Amino acid sequence: MSREEMDALAKERLVGIARTWYDQMRDGIVPFIRLPTRTKRNIEYDDASEVWKYGERESTRAATNEKGAVHLLKMAYLIGFLKQQLVENRSSTLRELYYISEGWKKAKFGAQDESNHLIEDLEIITEVQREAFHLRPEEDGASVFGPLRIRETTRRGVKEMHCQEDVGEAGYPIPNNVDNLEFVDHDAKFVIAIETGGMYARLMENGFDEEYGAVLVHLKGQPARSTRRVLRKLNDSLGLPVVVFTDGDPWSYRIYASVAYGSIKSAHMSELLATPQAQFIGVQPSDISDYNLPADHLTEQDVSALKAELTDPRFATDYWRSQINLQLEMKLKSEQQAFASRGLDFVTKEYLPTRLSEMGII
Amino acid sequence: MVLAEDLAKQQRSISVAEFFEKNKHLLGFDSPTRGIITTIKEAVDNALDACEEAEVLPDIFVGIKKVDAEVYRITVEDNGPGIVPENVPLVFGKLLYGSRFHQIRQSRGQQGIGISAAVLYAQLTTGIPARVTSRTGAKARAHRFELMIKTETNEPEIISHEEIDWDRTHGTRIEIQFKSTLAAKKRLVDYLRLTAIVNPHARITADIDGEVTTFERVSGEVPPCPKPILPHPHGIEFGALKRIAAASTGTVEEFLIGSFSKVGKKTADEMIALAGLKPSRKVNKLESDELKRLLDAMQAVKVPAPPAQQCLSPIGENLICKGLEKEIQLDFIKARTRPSTVYGGHSFIIEAAIGYGGKVPPEGTAQLFRFANRVPLLYQQGACAITSCASQVNWKSYGLSQQGLPMGPVLIMVHVASTNVPFTSESKDAVASIPEIEREVVLVLQELGRELKTYLYRRDKKKQQDDRARAICSVIPEIAAKVSEIVEQPLVDTSPIEGKIMRKVVAKKRTVDGKVRIDVNNYTAKEVTLVLYNLSRDAAEDAKPRPDFVDSIDGEYNKVWRHTLDAGEAWQIVYTGSGDGSVDLRGVEDGRKVVVDLDV
Repeated sequence: MSREEMDALAKERLVGIARTWYDQMRDGIVPFIRLPTRTKRNIEYDDASEVWKYGERESTRAATNEKGAVHLLKMAYLIGFLKQQLVENRSSTLRELYYISEGWKKAKFGAQDESNHLIEDLEIITEVQREAFHLRPEEDGASVFGPLRIRETTRRGVKEMHCQEDVGEAGYPIPNNVDNLEFVDHDAKFVIAIETGGMYARLMENGFDEEYGAVLVHLKGQPARSTRRVLRKLNDSLGLPVVVFTDGDPWSYRIYASVAYGSIKSAHMSELLATPQAQFIGVQPSDISDYNLPADHLTEQDVSALKAELTDPRFATDYWRSQINLQLEMKLKSEQQAFASRGLDFVTKEYLPTRLSEMGII
Repeated sequence: MVLAEDLAKQQRSISVAEFFEKNKHLLGFDSPTRGIITTIKEAVDNALDACEEAEVLPDIFVGIKKVDAEVYRITVEDNGPGIVPENVPLVFGKLLYGSRFHQIRQSRGQQGIGISAAVLYAQLTTGIPARVTSRTGAKARAHRFELMIKTETNEPEIISHEEIDWDRTHGTRIEIQFKSTLAAKKRLVDYLRLTAIVNPHARITADIDGEVTTFERVSGEVPPCPKPILPHPHGIEFGALKRIAAASTGTVEEFLIGSFSKVGKKTADEMIALAGLKPSRKVNKLESDELKRLLDAMQAVKVPAPPAQQCLSPIGENLICKGLEKEIQLDFIKARTRPSTVYGGHSFIIEAAIGYGGKVPPEGTAQLFRFANRVPLLYQQGACAITSCASQVNWKSYGLSQQGLPMGPVLIMVHVASTNVPFTSESKDAVASIPEIEREVVLVLQELGRELKTYLYRRDKKKQQDDRARAICSVIPEIAAKVSEIVEQPLVDTSPIEGKIMRKVVAKKRTVDGKVRIDVNNYTAKEVTLVLYNLSRDAAEDAKPRPDFVDSIDGEYNKVWRHTLDAGEAWQIVYTGSGDGSVDLRGVEDGRKVVVDLDV
């Protein structure tokens, strides 16, 4: 689809929402809109695409009370603004959008979370992504380092580069709009997505990418959409297996879950963002005892997060249940960099190769 | 034996005055701060009791003046019947001298300890005698005494006595000086306010070191003075029975019928038969074991409850509400007076009230006001049966959150009126746990809880309706404007939605470009004749239609229109102005109208 076609489609779908409300009001109906319920209780596994998507549950937002009415009013202002942005061929960041609402009186956003959430609602209703509304996220994507040649269409022309030879120590930064990115060529055997910058740098310094043909992807904590799309694309179009390497605590398991199964917040785009074949490499709760890793005690929040995961459909597998229960028993957590207690090379020489061969990747 | 003889030299009787000198806390004089409150409480209780007996509307003055660094002069003056000069020294200068101790009826003071204890306390801390002025009527002159108490003998010591001219026709004034502090000033004012609440017929003026507060009366009627009744057979103990039996001359039967409440011939005979006595026996000739059998029989036989109407004086639901409302602004108030009941032969009545909202602090636990025989209980809330009852009630089922006591802007008032209020101690701070009383308190609070629940439900429903009205009349038009702009169509008319949803008379005020518009739509199925009030700084001289009446006060114009609107009809007022001020619609009942000011 060309850029112009995409713009026209996005604009038409946005205006369509307004038209529905216009017609409702003309017919004497209090305006309303239906949306899938966006909670953990309403995500379901889709066999065909192998990702978690929103289920059947729907919530109705109607202007029957002040809160509901103001919600629709905010949405109307947002649609008006996005339409204008498309017409004028401008773009803005999510943060800018939040500030723009300053002038919207009653429709002003209380916090950026609110505008982000509304944008996601609009993505769900219109079935187009926020990039099509000319909206950019604030955070940039993470970085990639490894035997991979890419081609990126930038505002200043097409650039081609190799992610080991043509980039600095920080690696190749993933652009916001992954649609502008193509993979030209590669010499990789698998992709390893890493939670922390320290471990990303460790693997690079130890030459893990060269030795094992690994594409290193730095997740930078909870990965941005663009990072997740790159992982999906590496898996999908190049057929590379993806493994996720995080800290051994409940919050890190959620990072893995959002890579593999999609996040609850963006379950409407799981097909684009999730990599169902991605596997969790570690740190596993069992590694803490097997390798006698330095560990911290679980906090109360950790414990309740673990318990919440036991009821999260994305973690409803034997593997996760046994690992989470084991961790609840041990009451311990370890960071991925805790492997340094056994020497700086331990993680690249021992731990990862062992795990990778266990998992049948090397 | 030598030791016993030595000890015998030290053994001697102790006068009550000496006893209380050493046990001040028993009477509420445990600290100087508390002493000031106890003194005022005792004097005010006496004044209110005296006025009630004389059927006078009480006018009580309370004065507290700092005399030097530590010493305060407390003055309490009433317009009661006064005290005859012969009795003044006894009333104020002798502990355990009183008129009400031997009577079975509801009264504030009882033992005759309180005020003389204050005199004793003054004497102990400053050595200054109490000064009492009293006048019994227009025909007599006033008498002024300076009094102290001889602690060894518990007898009054008259320092001086003179007849004087006093500008009051009747009443009593007492002035006492003792060491104290005003640290508990807030509690003192609270005490006076609470006293005013449960004595709505009294006017109390307080001058606390120059700061004057007046608690006005809201009732012009003196409550009927409770009449003493005879003891109830179920409420008597062996000692008392022995004493009155000894003083009696008649037969056992005459004695039972004549000396007790609710005992007729049939009941008396039943008791005598059960005790195995002859009805003709002289009662003062009975042996101890016979009296014991008689007492058991008296407790065993069923006897109707004592005549509560006569001996108790509840405040009444109406006056409780008035009393509370005059001192505390409330959004909701409901009071209940329970029917009288009995515990151990003593009549009692529980009254309670629940207030909500208004000026009651919205945070924290409920305020609990406890009263016994129209006297506020200020201390030991935690030890009081009233508190534990209020915590037992499941307030959650009445829509309140609860941490023991309910939480939020709630005020609970409980009054125990009885011929014998069971206190946990002589300082009369807390009601003891008596199952019969607790049952009544819980019941009355549950009744009131249900009333509160209904109120809260209605209020929430009203809130919901208002919320809906705001959404429909103020936000939906904005959605309409924005949506019409997006779809590039003429402004969609939202009045069908208003009509359909509201089914009410809707008045909307909106100011745009210096034009004030007031739209009134009758979405009901009936014709209405309404009166529209618009109070603002706009003179609205160009108003269309012209107001039927304009009134101007301090630069504000109150414009009034009267108009009849058919079912489904709309009407508009337009004038040039700033659009401040307010709109009100009358002539339509509350549930059928909505007034929305879109300029706010």
